[in-house]
Amino acid sequence: MYVAVKGGERAIDNAHAWLSQARRGDPSVPELSVAQIREQMTLAVNRVMAEGSLYDPDLAALAIKQARGDLIEAIFLIRAYRTTLPRLGSSVPVDTGEMAVTRRISATFKDLPGGQILGPTFDYTHRLLDFTLAANGSEVADVAASLAEPAEGVPHVMEFLNKDALIQAELQADGSVPDLTREPMELPASRPLRLQALARADEGFLLSLAYSTQRGYGRTHAFVGELRIGAVAVEMEIPELGFPVEIGEVELTECETVNQFTGSRTEPPQFTRGYGLVFGQSERKAISMSLVDRALRWRELGEDFTGAPAQDEEFVLMHADNIQATGFLEHIKLPHYVDFQAELELIRKLRRETEQGDLAAEEQP
Amino acid sequence: MISQALGGGFADAPIQSARAFRAALEAMARPGRILTVEGVAPPAPLSIGAGVLLLTLCDRTTPLHLAPGHDAPEIRDWITFHTGAPLVTPGAAAFALGRWEALQPVTRFRIGQPDYPDRSATLIVEMDALTNDGAILTGPGIETTARLSLPELAAFRLNRDIFPLGYDTFFTSGDKIAGLPRSTRVEAG
Amino acid sequence: MSDYNFAYLDEQTKRMIRRAILKGVAIPGYQVPFASREMPMPYGWGTGGVQVTAACLVPEDRLKVIDQGADDTTNAVSIRRFFQKTAGVEVTEATAEATIIQTRHRIPETPLTEGQIFVYQVPIPEPLRFLEPRETETRRMHELEEYGLMHVKLYEDIARHGTIATSYDYPVRVEGRYVMDPSPIPKFDNPKLSGNPALQLFGAGREQRIYALPPYSQVVSLDFEDHPFVASKAEHDCDLCGAADSYLDEVITDDQGNRMFVCSDTDYCRGRRAAGQVGRLGGEAA
Repeated sequence: MYVAVKGGERAIDNAHAWLSQARRGDPSVPELSVAQIREQMTLAVNRVMAEGSLYDPDLAALAIKQARGDLIEAIFLIRAYRTTLPRLGSSVPVDTGEMAVTRRISATFKDLPGGQILGPTFDYTHRLLDFTLAANGSEVADVAASLAEPAEGVPHVMEFLNKDALIQAELQADGSVPDLTREPMELPASRPLRLQALARADEGFLLSLAYSTQRGYGRTHAFVGELRIGAVAVEMEIPELGFPVEIGEVELTECETVNQFTGSRTEPPQFTRGYGLVFGQSERKAISMSLVDRALRWRELGEDFTGAPAQDEEFVLMHADNIQATGFLEHIKLPHYVDFQAELELIRKLRRETEQGDLAAEEQP
Repeated sequence: MISQALGGGFADAPIQSARAFRAALEAMARPGRILTVEGVAPPAPLSIGAGVLLLTLCDRTTPLHLAPGHDAPEIRDWITFHTGAPLVTPGAAAFALGRWEALQPVTRFRIGQPDYPDRSATLIVEMDALTNDGAILTGPGIETTARLSLPELAAFRLNRDIFPLGYDTFFTSGDKIAGLPRSTRVEAG
Repeated sequence: MSDYNFAYLDEQTKRMIRRAILKGVAIPGYQVPFASREMPMPYGWGTGGVQVTAACLVPEDRLKVIDQGADDTTNAVSIRRFFQKTAGVEVTEATAEATIIQTRHRIPETPLTEGQIFVYQVPIPEPLRFLEPRETETRRMHELEEYGLMHVKLYEDIARHGTIATSYDYPVRVEGRYVMDPSPIPKFDNPKLSGNPALQLFGAGREQRIYALPPYSQVVSLDFEDHPFVASKAEHDCDLCGAADSYLDEVITDDQGNRMFVCSDTDYCRGRRAAGQVGRLGGEAA
């Protein structure tokens, strides 16, 4: 009558074969190419690169295809691949001041050197489904040809404030940046380590935390001082040459927020900053990151801890990684029957004792 | 000189270092047990045992102190080529290599912090011989008692007294290794 | 096999893990932080155990992987295959023949021996975590041996239920110093932690911690003089092999509420039946 559950190996093979078929969908519909995903699902590719901590649009597109469009699964594929790559060295810090910007806006100044560049944005689009896209036949005007080349050497807005000491100056790091993919997280974390964790954190988690600060849970009165998107050169020092060599280019989104000012009787008031930097065009993430970064700086800036989740470094950093989170969340579907059995025995024993106790109580006169 | 530094490492590092680690693990997990290792040919006076431990455990992220007697150019070159470990003063070392006398005073080595006792040094002590006599060892990893020819008792007693702080020690002689973690109690045999 | 480094991990990662294991062995029960890598299986599915196993494996090893005591549970199968593919090691289901055993939630019934390494997959390595969620706080509590909170929790159980209401993942104290989380094994298995001739290693990948029990370490389950620790199991014998001393799974056999009890340790049960031991329903079972 009883046959212990067997055949785990065959079950796994069958499930994986089924998965492949489900990924392909209806074979009468042409298969997606990696290039199509890379070119037409760019923002998904960007998110996978950002949270996968690996700048490679082709691999990110492949991961999205393999993951059936599940972006967290795709990020996981990229992370697991990334961790096997040898570390050849560190680049010199990228200079976002030299970014070839395709988008650059400031909410704090109406006009400014370099101008406001809207770029390819969803802002001001009316969110109406475009049925011409469904009909497969939208003609795309070649706007790029009619526009100026991406602007280069556009100055940072924050530097205008910095010149007048109206905004708090940022400390320069000493060059050694911690790497949480190589060292275990140690708390309390330095700001570079926090920023690294936030840069690869789950976009949805950061969005919600940032939103919570706007609604009063650790409010920091943020304005977008500047948001810029564009390509920057990545350079590496080659010891034999003695000067840095450009090894490639990455697209980045950078957000700097101007936040509520600090000050005291002895120190003149100054605005404070939050910072976000993310691979690709990922401005929701970059703005969220800036707000959360700023909220986490309460101690450094002499503010009170109000108990807001976004101020709580340990809470934020320990729960921001979606690969850690989804793995642990989903592991509860693994068998737990040994532990459940232990709980069953315990609850039966407790109930038995309670019932005996009740009986004994009834027998008392 | 250069060719000597390039040679003498593991021919098949993934496999040989795996076997070497198992010996090191067995040594540290069962204090007093003497194990045999192989696979390297380091420059004298570095023993095979010490060479195997260095190549198995050290790299660019593990500062290493070489005590007098082992702080020779051939040894430096060999270790640098095969591990890349930065050579440092005792207080900064994650690993330290030398004869027991040359490592004195051992109180210079890191014993960890009360909240991070793992941030402590591992000593690799070169010995003329390694035998199962002398000091009596008890503690984790030992069913009843074990014996090991320790170079002295007082320092290791002191090290046990500050548990969970303390340094951990490997002893090496030729191709033999043994371990003495900070948790082991030592008494005169 | 040639696509992967031996046992998947690169050498630098293995060295980092190996150093953490050695420190863990030197400080029994203390959780050593390590830079856990992203593995090709999800966090929470044994990545810590897999990294520890990968750092320990040699080609000569015979590996056994169990989940819930069984070799055939899907995650055990998946991990066993991973090492067959990446390390080319022999595998076995026989506890006595294995040199390394990776486990989730059980310690086998067959006693472990000196030649064996026993690797636990650990979800939450911090025994104080559910009393104090902050790592910065729990680290300080371990530093100061401030374990009163744990006893308060256990005592509150007694006040409410008349007994300690923790049936698995039952905290222990190692060599009189660190309070340690034995991973979610049923408390039935706790006595096997102490004085065990095998080396026991614990890996928590997501939480980036490795810890160890050297062979023969003294491990005490926390309790009170008037409420001593009791290792408990279902009050039945195995319906297949008749064992009275093994941990049992309860299996619902129909919708009439009938059930049977079988060994959770499938290798142990199979071995007893092969030796002719028969339980209540063992004659009919496949």
